Amino acid sequence: MAENRPRTLFDKIWAHHVVETLPDGTALLYIDRHLVHEVTSPQAFEGLRVAGRPVRRPDATIAVVDHNIATDSSRRTGITDPESRLQVDTLEKNVVEFGVPYIPLLDARQGIVHVIGPEQGLSLPGMTIVCGDSHTSTHGAMGALAFGIGTSEVEHVLATQTLLQKPAKNMRVTVDGKLPVGCTAKDIVLAIIGKIGTAGGTGHVIEFAGEAIRALDMAGRMTVCNMSIEAGARAGMVAPDQTTFDYVKGRPYAPKGEAFDRAVAWWSTLPSDPDAVFDKEVFLDAAEIAPMVSWGTSPEDVAPITATVPDPAEAPNETRRAQLERMLQYMGLTPGQKLTELKVDVVFIGSCTNSRIEDIRVAAAIAKGRKVADGVRAMVVPGSGLIKQQAEAEGLDRILTEAGFEWREAGCSMCLGMNPDKLTPGQRCASTSNRNFEGRQGPGGRTHLVSPAMATAAALAGHLADVRDYQPQGSH
Amino acid sequence: MKPFTTLTGVAAPLPKANVDTDQIIPARFLKTIARTGLGKSLFANFRYDEQGQENPDFVLNQAPYRNAEVLIAFENFGCGSSREHAPWALLDFGIRCVIAPDFADIFHNNSFKNGILPVKLPREICAALMEDAKLGGNARITVDLERQVVVRPSGEEIPFEVDPFRKHCLLNGLDDIGQTMQHKPAIDDFEARQRAAQPWLYA
Ligand code: SF4
Repeated sequence: MAENRPRTLFDKIWAHHVVETLPDGTALLYIDRHLVHEVTSPQAFEGLRVAGRPVRRPDATIAVVDHNIATDSSRRTGITDPESRLQVDTLEKNVVEFGVPYIPLLDARQGIVHVIGPEQGLSLPGMTIVCGDSHTSTHGAMGALAFGIGTSEVEHVLATQTLLQKPAKNMRVTVDGKLPVGCTAKDIVLAIIGKIGTAGGTGHVIEFAGEAIRALDMAGRMTVCNMSIEAGARAGMVAPDQTTFDYVKGRPYAPKGEAFDRAVAWWSTLPSDPDAVFDKEVFLDAAEIAPMVSWGTSPEDVAPITATVPDPAEAPNETRRAQLERMLQYMGLTPGQKLTELKVDVVFIGSCTNSRIEDIRVAAAIAKGRKVADGVRAMVVPGSGLIKQQAEAEGLDRILTEAGFEWREAGCSMCLGMNPDKLTPGQRCASTSNRNFEGRQGPGGRTHLVSPAMATAAALAGHLADVRDYQPQGSH
Repeated sequence: MKPFTTLTGVAAPLPKANVDTDQIIPARFLKTIARTGLGKSLFANFRYDEQGQENPDFVLNQAPYRNAEVLIAFENFGCGSSREHAPWALLDFGIRCVIAPDFADIFHNNSFKNGILPVKLPREICAALMEDAKLGGNARITVDLERQVVVRPSGEEIPFEVDPFRKHCLLNGLDDIGQTMQHKPAIDDFEARQRAAQPWLYA
């Protein structure tokens, strides 16, 4: 019987959510949680209004503002950019009109949608979770099927709580072994993308497995799943385990008491069966991973920090050579140059990839007792208001500001050029975000993707630096 | 949604792989609350210089291609963010069909939902079509969805694959939500079952 076939984590969650299968194999998939933000929702609400349709399950929906907002004190006095203000105002009107729960800008729980979902217990194991944002893959770290959708689909979910979806293929990326000192979840995922490329996961849902993934805390797993989209995958996920359950327990929207025990019993049935077959398998040895940095304008163009800038003359073909030349020109790099020689103007620690309390603790541990290099603007932007409070309670903000970092309010900030935090043309930035496309952090800006530890090292050194030379002081 | 049946028009060659959505429509133009008006910002970083002047070298600024209805590119078209502004910008410019060796998943989905037909053809064929397209206004390409063929200016027909359900929706301009609403009883049943088994998912 087909039901007895060994199944993957993805297969199981998928099967639990199929409302109906259409004759051509498309599934009508039920969506348990819908996260809404100001950029990709206005036209969806516009569509509902025009068609006279209500939101089917406001209780399964939650809205927040994150992309457009300022991350300094000016956010309290209102948004100055008229277009940004219009998007935020529009969302605020829409949530009232359609009865959707909303976390307002000045609420302590406000933050980046992919940070607050897990933080509030809105994202739970076994769920189907969507948001009009590609980095929805982050929530897959909970052991959920979470993926980004377009605005038409946002409207579809608001109206029907379902989506029309074709099943994805199964891919497993196994990272065994122990991660060396100085390496983090970010280095794992950059190494994976470097290995499989930005189309390596196309059409697949990636399950991240193996000893090194199991050893990660939830923040690390979120970092890895966050960037599955940069590997081209539809979603990324990690099987729920005790680490997951401990994280979920007690969160505001998580089940409580007896319901929690029942939930854990069900969640425990979700991990892939031991003999489940994957359409594609990739293996990495964690011990061979080094602190990584991207040098090009695609997230697959990464190298260990000890490497040099590649030479287009050595490209395997003409297309690649032309692409490399264009990248090096845009990035202002010379072939053969050491990556550690690249001076940085800006350091950005934040984004839904790396703005959790664990990330900020790492940055503070390395920055403690040291100073940001002259001429470098270094900023730390917590992923949510609650993370900011937690960091302040631990005194991390003081360590960071004493070292010369800016300590800011929660939001997407310099991850993308949509709010006041932007690079100016030609500026070079060590960034803990997830995309290094041309102009992503502002027109002409040059992005190097790194871990929070590596970003901190770059801020202190004034150039891209090997974090292994900057171990925390005074720790024994 | 406007039905897509058959289209005959100028095709613009964009011989690039990995054309990402940040290139199609840079983030600074996403601050809209309506679906129209984005055509002027399509490929803005290529089309305009820092002073906002048109760059005459970029294909969409050249005479015949200002009216392009088809765009031909290389691998992994539409990678990057999930922004639906990318198909909106293409559509608002007048492009209703993109031909490439393959597409990023989300962009591929978003195209169909907005009445844009993404056509997958092998790289050699895309390269040949680009050569046709370089003839500008003298070389019209026909994309016939009903018959699933691209017709070169020479009259040669190149067949392509398309999902039957998506084809049906595109040919008839059918909106997905209206279709799904017909399954309401099944959705109601699903919710009743799930509520019993996992009550914590319901507030
Ligand atoms: S932090 Fe960056 S990647 Fe994450 S949701 Fe915001 S803009 Fe998108």
